[in-house]
Amino acid sequence: MALLQIIGASKRFGAVTAVDRVSLSIERGEFFALLGPSGCGKTTLLRLIAGFETPNEGRIVIDGADVTAVPPYARPVNMMFQSYALFPHLDVAGNIAFGLKQEGMARPRRAARVEEMLALVQMTGFAKRRPHELSGGQKQRVALARALAKMPKLLLLDEPLAALDRKLREETRLELTGIQERVGTTFLVVTHDQEEALGLASRIAVMNRGQLVQIGTPADIYERPGSRLVADFVGAVNLFDGTLVAGVDRLALQVAGIEAPLPLLASRDVAVGSAAALAVRPEKMRLSSARPEGFALPVTIVSVGYQGGHSTVHLTTTSGRSLRAHLPSEASLGLARGTTVWVSWSPPDAVVLTE
Amino acid sequence: MTGMGAGLRRFLIGLPFVWLGVFFLLPLAIVAAISFAESADAIPPFKLDWTLANYRALCTGCLSVYTSSLALAALATVLCLLTGYPVAFAIARAPGVWRQLLLFLVMLPFWTSFLIRVYAWIAILQPSGLINRVLLASGLIEQPLPLLYNAFSVTLGLVYSYLPFMILPLYGSLSRLDESLIEAAADLGAPPRRVFLDVILPLSLPGVAAGCLLVFIPAIGEFVIPDLLGGPGTLMVGKMLWQEFFDNVDWPAAAAIAMALVVLLTLPLLVAQRFLEREDPA
Amino acid sequence: MIARRGGGLFRLSALFFGFAFLYLPIALLVLYSFNGSRLVTVWGGFSIRWYGALIDNEKYRDAALTSLEIAVMAATIALVLGTCAGFAMNRFRRFRGRLVFGFMLMAPLVVPEVILGLSLLLLFVAAQSWIGWPASRGIVTVTIAHATFAACFVAVLVRAQLTVFDRVLEEAALDLGARPLAVFWRVTLPGISPALVSGWLLAFTLSLDDLVVASFVSGPSATTLPMAVYSSVRIGVTPEINALATVFLGIVFVMVALAGWLMARQERRRLATATVTA
Repeated sequence: MALLQIIGASKRFGAVTAVDRVSLSIERGEFFALLGPSGCGKTTLLRLIAGFETPNEGRIVIDGADVTAVPPYARPVNMMFQSYALFPHLDVAGNIAFGLKQEGMARPRRAARVEEMLALVQMTGFAKRRPHELSGGQKQRVALARALAKMPKLLLLDEPLAALDRKLREETRLELTGIQERVGTTFLVVTHDQEEALGLASRIAVMNRGQLVQIGTPADIYERPGSRLVADFVGAVNLFDGTLVAGVDRLALQVAGIEAPLPLLASRDVAVGSAAALAVRPEKMRLSSARPEGFALPVTIVSVGYQGGHSTVHLTTTSGRSLRAHLPSEASLGLARGTTVWVSWSPPDAVVLTE
Repeated sequence: MTGMGAGLRRFLIGLPFVWLGVFFLLPLAIVAAISFAESADAIPPFKLDWTLANYRALCTGCLSVYTSSLALAALATVLCLLTGYPVAFAIARAPGVWRQLLLFLVMLPFWTSFLIRVYAWIAILQPSGLINRVLLASGLIEQPLPLLYNAFSVTLGLVYSYLPFMILPLYGSLSRLDESLIEAAADLGAPPRRVFLDVILPLSLPGVAAGCLLVFIPAIGEFVIPDLLGGPGTLMVGKMLWQEFFDNVDWPAAAAIAMALVVLLTLPLLVAQRFLEREDPA
Repeated sequence: MIARRGGGLFRLSALFFGFAFLYLPIALLVLYSFNGSRLVTVWGGFSIRWYGALIDNEKYRDAALTSLEIAVMAATIALVLGTCAGFAMNRFRRFRGRLVFGFMLMAPLVVPEVILGLSLLLLFVAAQSWIGWPASRGIVTVTIAHATFAACFVAVLVRAQLTVFDRVLEEAALDLGARPLAVFWRVTLPGISPALVSGWLLAFTLSLDDLVVASFVSGPSATTLPMAVYSSVRIGVTPEINALATVFLGIVFVMVALAGWLMARQERRRLATATVTA
């Protein structure tokens, strides 16, 4: 049985529909991510699960029990807030023990659990500190410890890495996945940062405008996006819009401004004459000065952006279409602005999108 | 708050509501009723009746007291504004640390005995008091100036007592003023004088209005200041009410005076409510 | 910056004259409390005899104790009432009678004290004849009167503090299993403690300082300090009053400084814990 089931949940605020008939299932022990741009409804969905909002339609079931009408203090769910929300009038131990005190846990057990949690987030010795004495990263650990102290069935994390700088983000990401494996609790992360989602989660649900657009593993989402939206939102992508035509021995995509139709490996039911798009990730693009075998496009180099390990090369086709390629930096040496090269990719690396 | 029980909500609203209803509104209703009663030689000293005698007495004898109270309160309000604005302005523009200290110093006199401070002015204003002695000693005047027991001392007392109530809302408005607006005005060519008249002053009007209401309304009915610092020519409503009640033991007359005052204040009170509610960033 | 640099002299002199005006009487009171001579016109050398006289003065002593008793009780009642009212106005956007409620919370702040005093006295008189209580007027009636108008001041302070209180703390508490009452008691109230402390102190001071209302609603058995001072002042110059004022000033100064320091510390902590979210 799934740990969390959201069945047809909708939430409206006046004329705005924040969550639109969302259905979702999360298994025990998963590290699940809700990914989407600002305003897509992911935070509202999170608050529905936590119990701070009640859905206009639909049900929320946790571990077989219907909690739709249950208030937040009675749900087996705890949340790590984006702003940490540490109680300023309590010390670290007091904060972590807060939920345990509400449960009525006896003092010795409470103290033991607090020490356990502090060790888990590597903050042993900080029990008597006050929130205003802690750094941002330390506050986050305390917030995490507090949320895990009650051993909830489901832990919700609201944009956990958003406030951290790049380096800290990497470290925290590792720690979070480590803790989740150790403790075994089901984690649900809400984020607008696709890097965060791809790095943390075992499964991702992409949301847009209140609706679930695609669910899958990080690889599924990245390599096989189901729509233009997902392809564009998760990672950079080159999109070619066009009409399907019959090619030599397979279907091809006729794109405006490109003479030869682009060959496809059609992996779904697509009909000749219908509109479709081809998505090619920048790292799948190959550049060569001589014309390669098979399909290739002549392009001019607009700029080469050095980014350390790899470089981003901006290209433009003869008809003025902008393309992007990611190359290992050694391969981009010697590429100069204005040079004409050929760009190509192998058909299996391109994804056909009908939405 | 999510799931806040109806019981808790009812308690939080109900407790103060009932208390204020019983101890503020109900008493006012009773005052209204007594204002129609007849004075009597009994305990309590009135006989329940329905007579307009008290109001008639008011109209014939006492209207001038109301007008002079209004005039003195208005004068005091204007003077409070003129004195308080520069002080509030200076505090608002002071560097951060100083601001708290200065505000504290503005409020401190308010926290010490009002009665005694007003009484202290007697020592300052009387013919043998501080001001006169300094002026006489320096040869600027030959006879002591009559600074006490007249409209001057009453106005001074009013301004002195209510000044913090003017400064605080003014400070509130001025401190919320966005620095960049002043810079923008200057950038667009406004000299300091125009910056003040065209930008700062208009934006501080909410504070000005709040301060004026907080001074004017209570000042009209003020008792202690006209009693200690005033003379026969400065009878104010508050003192008149006190005299009717304590000296003449004419409770219905006092009640009528109170009702007339309430009616007089209704309009300013409604303005104050509309205004002070809006000020609160709800 | 133009306004800062140019008007410097003006602002300094505004501050100087403003504060000189505010503190002149106070300075005089303190000065003359140490005056050996009885009269304000003559300086009789430094002396603390008036402090001694003050302590010996039974009338003032009893009045001071009465005032303190009333002030403590009234401040506490006002704190409870004002906190409930402030919370209700801040959190409950719509309820029946909200307009009237708001009016009742605002009016006592500005209505002249003679009206407050007279109306409450008439209430007590009427109540005595209707239900037999209060049998006599005194400490209880003055406490009730003071609590009534002081509560409105407390409500203003509580409301102001609630607007800067981060409600996400309440959500966190709910999330961790606390029921709404526990949230209010363990998270919200500690969170607004500066307003609670300053509210109690303000109510205490207002009660201690009130002359007019107490004069109306009190009885022969209960003379408050302001009432005692007023009757002395009507008679003539009494130098003990200068000493009294100075003592008052000293106590209040210490109390308010303490409260201010506590509040500043709390505010610093609050700002340090609040994280700016993107």
